[in-house]
Amino acid sequence: MTKIIEPKRQSSIFRRPSSETGIWSWITTVDHKKIGIMYGYAAFFFLLIGGLEALILRIQLSQPDNNFLTAAEYNAMFTMHGTTMIFLAIMPISAAFFNYLLPLQIGARDVAFPRLNALSFWIFIFGGAFLYSTFIFGTAGAPEGGYLAEEVGWLGSAPNGGWFGYQPNAGMKYSPGTAMDYWAIGLQILGIASLISAFNFITTIINMRTEGMRFMRMPVFTWMTFAVSFLLAFSLPIIAIALFYVTFDRKFGTTFFLTEGGGDPILWQHLFWLFGHPEVYILILPAFGIVSEVLPTFSRKPLFGYAAIVFAGFGIAFIGFGVWAHHMFASAISPVAQAGFGLSTMVIAVPTGVKIFNWLGTIWGGKLKLNTPMLFSLGFIGMFLIGGLSGVTHSIVPADTQQTDTYYVVAHFHYVLFGGALFGIFSGLYYWFPKVWGKMYNESLGKIHFWLMMIGFNLTFGPMHWLGLQGQVRRTWVYAEETNLQFWNIVVTVGAFIIALSIIVFMINWIFSKRNGEKAPFDPWDARTIEWTIPSPTPVWNFSKAPIVKSLDDFWHTKYSEDEEGRAVKRAEADQILLDLEEEGLNPSEHIELPSPSYFPIVLASGLPFLGYAVIYKSIPLALIGSILLLIGGFGWGTEPLEEEAFEDSHE
Amino acid sequence: MITLYMVSALSLIIVDNINMLVKNIIKLKNLRFLALIFLSACIENAPLDSLSPEGPYARSIDELFWLTFWIAVVIFVIVQGALLLSIFVFKEKPDSPEPKQIHGNTKLEILWTIIPVIILAVIAVPTVRTIFDLANEPEDALKIEVIGHQWWFEYRYPDYGITTANILVIPADRPIRLEMWSNDVLHNYWVPKLNGKRYLVPGQTTYLNLHADSPDEFWAQCGEYCGLSHSKMRGRVLSLSENDFQLWVKDQQQDAVKLEDNSLAAEGQQVYLNAGCTQCHVIDGVWDVQGDRIAPNLTHFAIRNVFAGAALYNNRENLSKWLANPAEIKPGTFMPNLELTEAEINALIAYLGTLK
Repeated sequence: MTKIIEPKRQSSIFRRPSSETGIWSWITTVDHKKIGIMYGYAAFFFLLIGGLEALILRIQLSQPDNNFLTAAEYNAMFTMHGTTMIFLAIMPISAAFFNYLLPLQIGARDVAFPRLNALSFWIFIFGGAFLYSTFIFGTAGAPEGGYLAEEVGWLGSAPNGGWFGYQPNAGMKYSPGTAMDYWAIGLQILGIASLISAFNFITTIINMRTEGMRFMRMPVFTWMTFAVSFLLAFSLPIIAIALFYVTFDRKFGTTFFLTEGGGDPILWQHLFWLFGHPEVYILILPAFGIVSEVLPTFSRKPLFGYAAIVFAGFGIAFIGFGVWAHHMFASAISPVAQAGFGLSTMVIAVPTGVKIFNWLGTIWGGKLKLNTPMLFSLGFIGMFLIGGLSGVTHSIVPADTQQTDTYYVVAHFHYVLFGGALFGIFSGLYYWFPKVWGKMYNESLGKIHFWLMMIGFNLTFGPMHWLGLQGQVRRTWVYAEETNLQFWNIVVTVGAFIIALSIIVFMINWIFSKRNGEKAPFDPWDARTIEWTIPSPTPVWNFSKAPIVKSLDDFWHTKYSEDEEGRAVKRAEADQILLDLEEEGLNPSEHIELPSPSYFPIVLASGLPFLGYAVIYKSIPLALIGSILLLIGGFGWGTEPLEEEAFEDSHE
Repeated sequence: MITLYMVSALSLIIVDNINMLVKNIIKLKNLRFLALIFLSACIENAPLDSLSPEGPYARSIDELFWLTFWIAVVIFVIVQGALLLSIFVFKEKPDSPEPKQIHGNTKLEILWTIIPVIILAVIAVPTVRTIFDLANEPEDALKIEVIGHQWWFEYRYPDYGITTANILVIPADRPIRLEMWSNDVLHNYWVPKLNGKRYLVPGQTTYLNLHADSPDEFWAQCGEYCGLSHSKMRGRVLSLSENDFQLWVKDQQQDAVKLEDNSLAAEGQQVYLNAGCTQCHVIDGVWDVQGDRIAPNLTHFAIRNVFAGAALYNNRENLSKWLANPAEIKPGTFMPNLELTEAEINALIAYLGTLK
């Protein structure tokens, strides 16, 4: 039995693209799975670049008074490391998971707005490329009136005001040249991408759940996607406005943040962190979601306190908007504000604690299969716990005034964002690998990756607590030999290279397994959620028949019932049900409509970098090119045939 | 010093936990070896150590930190212990039965919501009290103005009419009230052994209290990223006995000493007056600048043991390096390379040496 899928042909001005293989199938795709995969690879590419930048930083800091980098280069490297990891690596890699999994977990064929989804991806790509074009086109130098002994060089011509871009240092007077413009406008473009996908996911979750998929039956990963999308929708507009202010200050002579014109540099800090703190939860909540999927599966137990975990996630997201000034305890804020934000910061520890305890409750009494995704999830709990506890010490305002701006903080947020977010992401990458590629990854290499990363991670970021308490400030290009910080800095650098080694192991595993791995069954983990009821790799139409969900962890309950002791017992008919599902998943019996690919998302997105360059170089022609691309994209988008979107299946 | 061992103890706990997990990979002996290195590395003193307070403000912060730290250690041991225990106990074995399907336990969940709330309340009370204690202006404090510049700190003593740089001289065992602002970007004043950090902001005044127990020298460092040479924006705080402090004040109030004609120092003064130094630097009794005083006051340069934002010790070798090309040492500095000859540099160093 063969199956042909081809779009119906109709004559109209614009024909929608129809490639299903080759490069054009990827460029014009609106399939959430392909977009997810592209998001994943692009984000991983930027993760490697950000990691390379980190290694360069660590080489510089391995010796006191080192001259491996110039000050300009060091400052550019730490700015780009932070900006890259947050906006170009962790956020989009989470977006990769959202894209690929969200429709599968709620039983949908695609997201609500497939073309917007593609648009969001291409804007992200163009935004990242725009930001990184600073290494080619950008310029940076000494503050007005200052002197440099040597040229800045290409490595130093990247943004150098920190990922936080504190004013007035990141303003034109103190950061001349165009590098910081690339930063401000680059983030602006990336923000558009995130905002679009946030609304897309919110709409998808509200409207496209399959029959019986009530809110309180949704997998926790879907819940966390929902929470993150709201966080994005509410926090990104704040940074967008602040970035417009900065761009205007830098390019058009306004003084929003400049004291000499009556502006206020502290206003920037408030706006930045009012976005920046929810951003932290944007980075970590997806990992919470992944871990909440992995732990029950490999413990063979339901998630302990599902409702509590869901509400704790939303609690964290909500309180996350009320703690921003804890980034500013040493700044110009009053003791009353310090006390208030100190307390609100303590409060956020409560729902976070609830999550950790409930995860422990999940594995307690289970039958733990310690394979790679499970190891990463368990490692996540252990490492995130350390990050959470050091976070509580920051809420002790007076203690924080000692710790802030030191390596203690660097240690803290790497335990949260690396030990937390990234461990969770690796857990998810291994967990869903069979579903995406239809192959199994190599378990031994996976475990080597985990242990190397665990050791490297703790060697890198553990001693940083100590370095910070011993007085090593952040963003420090050199430190004096008398500060006695050398020993632990060497250890940290060694740790960083062990992490790099673990990443190489991961890449070897990925490439090898994707090509030569064992063929994956459609339910390799005896899993609980409905994305495992479909074949591996996921067929282009996802579900042959819209699934009907009767309970939380529906797939598990299809396979298992409970005996009088409450232990799981395999249903007699389970094997037959699985066989039927596999048969049905590969051979849809009904007519399936899928959205057609489109040229216009990439056309529309390609206009934005031109507009960015137009602002930086105040160039009318570039503005015209950008606007025309936007117009063509928008016009084509609006007028391309919608009724032709059908794919038709015919069976012979 | 005890505090150092406490931190080492925590690190050992962490190391031990990892040890339990990786014992197949790393032999126990190696970890012991690591621990030994750790302890030997901690015993030496670090001048920016935030855990060895030398005054009441820093001490009240320190106490709060250790209270939180030990509570965190207890929670860490319990939770990490529970995690490791469940991994070892419930690890899949060939004869493991299918687990009981427990969906939650409301009582337990309420319990582990309330316990953290209580613990946090315990920490919150002293935290809030300390916040306000630290912010209060102490009675009969000595007022000193701190002005941040890229990349050095300027100090002014309004009561005594003194302006100096890089080294903050204070009387020991007396509260000091710093009134701070910035001349350019944000800076962050930090003397870890005396108090936490406080920003210096252009256009607003911020305040920080210091109090040193006894005469000593402390290190200061700018905490906030402030541009190219942020890492070299350092400082010293010198606390003197009341008597020494008064002597220092008297000395600082004098103009620069008069020079003998035809000495090398007098030659240096000519270089100083003609080479361009006078555009930015003040030497009381010799030269005052017309515009903003954007560079350190050099009237008593010779008694300061550090210069260039306390990035360099005040000695012959460093001075000649600095005068030859300041940007080589502090990238972005506002002090230009004046293309001085070696003879001019030597004369300038001789002159600077007389500024006591």
